[in-house]
Amino acid sequence: MSEKHLIRPYGDRKDDGVIQLSFVLPVPVSEKAKEAAAQLAKKLGLSHVLVSSMEKAGEDYSFFVVYGRTHMQLDYAAIEVPVVAHRKHAFDELNDVIERDVGRKIVVVGACIGTDSHTTGIDAIMNMKGFAGDYGLERYRMFRAINLGSQVEPHALVEKAREVEADAVLVSKVVTQRDVHKEDARTLVEAAKQAKIFDKTIWIFGGPRVDHKTALELGFDAGFGPGTKPSDVANYIYYRLLERQGRAPPPQPTAHGTPDAIIQGAEKP
Amino acid sequence: MAQLFVEPGKVVRARELAQKAARGVQAFIDRHSTVAIERTVLRLLGIGGAGARGAPLSNLLVDKLREAKVLHKGAAWWLGRALKASPGRDPLQAIERIAAYPEKLPPLSPGEDAELRETIRADARSAARELREKVEKRKELKRSLQVGSFPGAPWKYVIVATGNIHDDVEQARAAAQQGADVIAVIRSTAQSLLDYVPHGPTTEGYGGTYATQENFRIMREALDDVSRKLGRYVHLTNYSSGLCMPEIAYMAAAERLDMLLNDAMYGILFRDINMQRTFCDQYFSRRICAFAEIIINTGEDNYITTADADEAAHTVIASQLVNETFAHLAGMPDELIGFGHSFEIDPAREDTLLREFAMAMMVRELFPRSPIKYMPPTKHKEGDIFFSHAYDVMSDLVAISTRQGIQLLGMMTEAMHNPFLMDRYVALKAAAYVYRAARHLGDEMAFKPDGIVARRQREVFDKALALLEEVAKDGMMAAIGKARFGDTARTETGGKGLDGVFERAPDYFNPFLELLEGRA
Repeated sequence: MSEKHLIRPYGDRKDDGVIQLSFVLPVPVSEKAKEAAAQLAKKLGLSHVLVSSMEKAGEDYSFFVVYGRTHMQLDYAAIEVPVVAHRKHAFDELNDVIERDVGRKIVVVGACIGTDSHTTGIDAIMNMKGFAGDYGLERYRMFRAINLGSQVEPHALVEKAREVEADAVLVSKVVTQRDVHKEDARTLVEAAKQAKIFDKTIWIFGGPRVDHKTALELGFDAGFGPGTKPSDVANYIYYRLLERQGRAPPPQPTAHGTPDAIIQGAEKP
Repeated sequence: MAQLFVEPGKVVRARELAQKAARGVQAFIDRHSTVAIERTVLRLLGIGGAGARGAPLSNLLVDKLREAKVLHKGAAWWLGRALKASPGRDPLQAIERIAAYPEKLPPLSPGEDAELRETIRADARSAARELREKVEKRKELKRSLQVGSFPGAPWKYVIVATGNIHDDVEQARAAAQQGADVIAVIRSTAQSLLDYVPHGPTTEGYGGTYATQENFRIMREALDDVSRKLGRYVHLTNYSSGLCMPEIAYMAAAERLDMLLNDAMYGILFRDINMQRTFCDQYFSRRICAFAEIIINTGEDNYITTADADEAAHTVIASQLVNETFAHLAGMPDELIGFGHSFEIDPAREDTLLREFAMAMMVRELFPRSPIKYMPPTKHKEGDIFFSHAYDVMSDLVAISTRQGIQLLGMMTEAMHNPFLMDRYVALKAAAYVYRAARHLGDEMAFKPDGIVARRQREVFDKALALLEEVAKDGMMAAIGKARFGDTARTETGGKGLDGVFERAPDYFNPFLELLEGRA
């Protein structure tokens, strides 16, 4: 057992426990509303509650800035975080490291397979525009992103991947009735094995009902579920490609303000 | 005052080049139509409902005509022909009947054909009159109320995007009370790629709310109400982009929307929509916007979120001049063209404020009669909301002191989630403060004629001019093929929606195009 390392939030003095928070309550501005905000903060376990600002955010809404002190403390030494698999690179930085480590554009082919015409997911990951302010693969200088769109037969996708020597294939399935997504995924894997590109390509499965475990079971390298951003997929492909080439990820310089992060869907050690 | 340090001769030359580049495309547009245009014609003629499973009737009808390979004559003609063949039937049945065996229809004599066209033209004129009345109603309300915080202040533009139109109304009302002048309802993710407009009110969306005619109506009604209570007019905007540009334009006109995002190239570059399709669709949609006096907002801000904002600044200017030409060709006056650009230079660099001033003033002065649409920083936003707020305030300062027309306010939680009610409040309060504090700053301020700002403007404009020379020489479509805009290459026959483009027959009939082009 290592020694305990107790900590509390730090405002102006060690262990004062000061926390600032802001929120809206759906009531008009009034002394009563202000008291409600204070009580809410107390219910959160804060003491020395100060409602520093109550603002009229529309006729029926009040916006509060509140300070308080928490008595919670925790043992920092006892916190365990799984080893970060990969540090997630920001947009420009990822382009730079791909250029440095791979030395060419990474080729990615994506499609909605089978009868699925829901391209929302694949488009969000691949198109320029991206998703939630996170740019799609097309926008990365070091990715060549080929989006085949909807209703692509598994064999046609494999053929395209072979033709362009794809490093990674992205498959999206939204429709999952009667497990049709699994059936199509199996057909794809079979076709890829026949075309002898299964082992040299990274296979990624995505969709609202897809998780990493299912994807692995189906023979894919990774599965990405809802909320996945293009940058998650882009980073995953980069790291997986290096891993496939038997190269451990090189040491990472600290990026400006980019926190280390586990890539969603990536295999954890 | 906003200053322009570019030689006037160069500006004239750039405009000539943009016109030359657009003319080739316009010749193509004038020979073609699309399924979206034909659906819009049908909607204008009253086919606005939906079938059994929610499919819009206009889609069902146009699909029937396309399958029968007769659409090139124009959906309006076939609607007239079908109703003549089966008077009193509902239009879908009537069209189905004739589309099944179009070759068996007895040919019309020239007199009968002319008479059929006249009948439909009369319907079109009365539909246009009705639309016009709605536009007048909208203008009347606006005239009776205050517009913007004060004369010369940009309109404060904020976004709602809950996915549920009724929640959107609640949030829009609060935003209006907090000082918003424009409400944009963000569309559900990838609605632009749907080749139809969903029908009816919607309460579920992904990352936004479906644009439907009923949702437009619900929101405009709520904003009418809140505008009257506040004594200040609150504008409504939506997105005429993607595969349904003209249909959305029509619905916006019918439901009294004030503005629409509408760009001649955005769909091509950023949504991979086929360029033939987009060029045709933007034209008809802009004809409708011109008629309904809807302000369009172009999408040049997107170029500088793709490429580096400093390096790609000239593509913004070049594209604005192209967008201007296309808008003029569609009959739009300068006053309705809201040219887009944004405050996006990497904040880690020095003197970005001067460079932002240079761009904002240049855009302001190149289009002196247009309401410039200024977008906030997004590309370099991260999760530090306090820094983000300070960063947004800088764009507020540039916006007020260079007299931008419409300012989309930055949200401190950009890059985190759709704006919360409190995010909009904080942005609106700060913008009101900056507008007040810097109300006459622009009038007092003058930059050195050979300083950083002046040199930057000349440098950017020279590059824009060189790009336009190239575009005029190669042609618009070839230039897009070479990734001259937005760093994205698209081919003439690639992208979505090409199968919805067709060549007009010599006797193609579109009574609204005739009206909107002033030919009838």
